[in-house]
Amino acid sequence: MLIMGAIALAIARIRDLFAVSMLSGIFSLTGAAIYVVLDAVDVAFTEAAVGAGISTVLMLGTLALTTRQEKLGGGKAKSTAAFLVVTLTGAVLVYGTFDMPRYGDKIAPIHHHVAPRYLGKSAEEVGMPNVVTSVLASYRSFDTLGEVFVIFTAATGVLAIMGRAARRRREDEEADDNNSPAQENAS
Amino acid sequence: MMHRKVVLRVVSKFLIPPILLFALYVQFHGDFGPGGGFQAGIIFGAGFILYAILFGVETVKKVLPPWATRLLLVVGVLTYGLTGVVGLVLGGNYLDYNVLAHTPLDGQHYGILIVELGVGITVAASMITIFNVFAGHRGRN
Repeated sequence: MLIMGAIALAIARIRDLFAVSMLSGIFSLTGAAIYVVLDAVDVAFTEAAVGAGISTVLMLGTLALTTRQEKLGGGKAKSTAAFLVVTLTGAVLVYGTFDMPRYGDKIAPIHHHVAPRYLGKSAEEVGMPNVVTSVLASYRSFDTLGEVFVIFTAATGVLAIMGRAARRRREDEEADDNNSPAQENAS
Repeated sequence: MMHRKVVLRVVSKFLIPPILLFALYVQFHGDFGPGGGFQAGIIFGAGFILYAILFGVETVKKVLPPWATRLLLVVGVLTYGLTGVVGLVLGGNYLDYNVLAHTPLDGQHYGILIVELGVGITVAASMITIFNVFAGHRGRN
């Protein structure tokens, strides 16, 4: 947790966006380590693959398209206001955690709603040794269907926004190629 | 391009097959150990993305043309959705796997396997698509 805090501070201070995206990858990896400590291996797996792997690559891809240096905008008043908003939100969130039951508390509501059924009956109703999979794909299959649609929508959104621009440019290039044979395809 | 960087080329050629194999392991072993469609899809996509980073997006497009990733994107979602419809047709509720086979347990097993496959295909295809679109874009120069 201390390491995560230090990384978050560094991300806020550093202006070189390449370093920032690398640090956010490290941040996710540290988070994955914490999930392993909390015995949530599946979540840790996802965090390591998505947070540390793919999103870092995507951020680097974005940096390659835009610029590496963060633009410094706004004056001192603006950053003070931003700092206040962030601090307030953080304080509210921390205040909210005071009402949560302690970690591992066996009278916590989360252990009494549907969890006993999932844990106790999953073996006879679904027959999967990994309860996470049976909850994800069987008991909560509607939620998972929704998640799949979210990912599908993300991909189609990216295609709709950037794929069209790429195609238009390619057509331009082809028009250029007809005029003067470029080395585009040779390289 | 990267054709002169021998170390990167050789190491990646050693690494990519195990990455893809590990993705399949995570996909089909998700019932027993950690993992499942989401993680497997990401790892499978990561193998292709690593290849694209090293050898260029155009080389990947020779193996997996854009129409193929787009088709797989839809196939994955439809695999999931239609599994639910099959459950409806066979007399259960939407996404009820108990009716897919003779015994409810087998039905659950098949249902989860197919659904996770759909998730994996969608995730892998969308990761490859998003990366290809980003990397194939050369910015406004």
